[in-house]
Amino acid sequence: MQDEPRPDELVKAVADFLRDDIAPQISGHAGFKLRVAINALDLVTRQLTLSSESDAAELHRLTMLLGVNGSLDGLNRDLAEGIRSGNLDLDSPGLKEHLWQTTLAKLEVDQPNYAAYKREAE
Amino acid sequence: MSSASVAELLSRSVAAWCSGATGVTDAKRLSGGASQETWSFDITHPDGAIGAILRRAPPGYGAAPGRAAGLDAEAVLMQLAYDAGVPSPKVLHVLNAADNLGTGFIMQRVAGETIPRKILRDDEFSSARPKLARQCGKILAGIHGLPASALPQLRRMDAATEVAELQREIDNFGWPRPVFELALRWLRDNDPGPSARISLVHGDFRHGNLMIGSDGVRAVLDWELAHLGDPMEDLGWICVNSWRFGGIDKPVGGFGAYEELFAGYEAASGIQVDAARVKFWEVMGTLRWGVMCVGMMQRFRIGPDHSMERAMIGRRSSETEIDLLRLLAPRRS
Repeated sequence: MQDEPRPDELVKAVADFLRDDIAPQISGHAGFKLRVAINALDLVTRQLTLSSESDAAELHRLTMLLGVNGSLDGLNRDLAEGIRSGNLDLDSPGLKEHLWQTTLAKLEVDQPNYAAYKREAE
Repeated sequence: MSSASVAELLSRSVAAWCSGATGVTDAKRLSGGASQETWSFDITHPDGAIGAILRRAPPGYGAAPGRAAGLDAEAVLMQLAYDAGVPSPKVLHVLNAADNLGTGFIMQRVAGETIPRKILRDDEFSSARPKLARQCGKILAGIHGLPASALPQLRRMDAATEVAELQREIDNFGWPRPVFELALRWLRDNDPGPSARISLVHGDFRHGNLMIGSDGVRAVLDWELAHLGDPMEDLGWICVNSWRFGGIDKPVGGFGAYEELFAGYEAASGIQVDAARVKFWEVMGTLRWGVMCVGMMQRFRIGPDHSMERAMIGRRSSETEIDLLRLLAPRRS
């Protein structure tokens, strides 16, 4: 077991430093690149904070939906294959809700300001 | 190649084809990757400076990759569009061997704005915005009406080929994508079949490639993805949510309604828009942009462009997944 602070705390501290202390001093192309860097660190912080809970919920839904146990990666491959082959579709119980919940959890990490996400998460 | 040497070559070039030109100033590179460059410069002329743009593949980068129409074809298409009254930059010169600048062409620089957030929010464009969707319809009608006999050699695309290509790219990702699979399935099940009408398709008619001023669309840029196919593809592509930049209730580029786009198209062409085909291409376009986002991320991993921007674009593919769900599996009616 590694010591504290946790990775999310460290990454957030770095992002806050860059945003509050460095960004005001940088302009032009470097300023643009710095904003991209800060966005990336913010994304990592969100993933470190949010994904253990959303991954667990996704795994539970997949287990119910597919009726088998497996890893998150393996079950997602099974789901993708099931949709491709036509064995699973939007009429399959729980499928639509699963895709929505999974996608919303991805957007909450990736792009929480995306307008379509904000509309659906209301 | 440095700005100084490009400027020197351009000075020699313009003297050969622009009567009265004595040189160039302000040559600066705008964008592009290793294989394709865009430069802005001013031609020095006794009647006043002439703003110009160079689009070129530097020497040694002649062949157009994959889907690209090629710079020679782009020049022909832009000139055809200009001659037909489609808002378009005038092509001033097609590069030849004596120019020593590679392949490509020089066109007139059209003043205006291409940055979506400015076009959708700034006061300068407030009187243009309500007209844009209808205008886009009219412009697309013009593009699709260009005579087939005058067109350069272009690849021919149809929905089934496009779906197969997307499938292959998704397979190559090696990463499960259930929402993309749902979209592929929907596209297979809802393919309207070959279009009875085959025309020139611009292929990338959206924000970023439309030069817009306070009076509306001034020029259609970037014909790199032009091809032959179902004209409804262009109408669907400009409605993809990724190009609405937050204006999600205005499907046409975040500035207008489907009805306005269709009305502009029908008034100018006399041809009725097939709304079901437009929706089909909107779904296809949404998936295609999602696949492109993942593809750019993969080039970050394997390629020389190991930039944060490319890496972060991979995390925009989920935007297209929520857009696909909103199109194909809406939660509320």
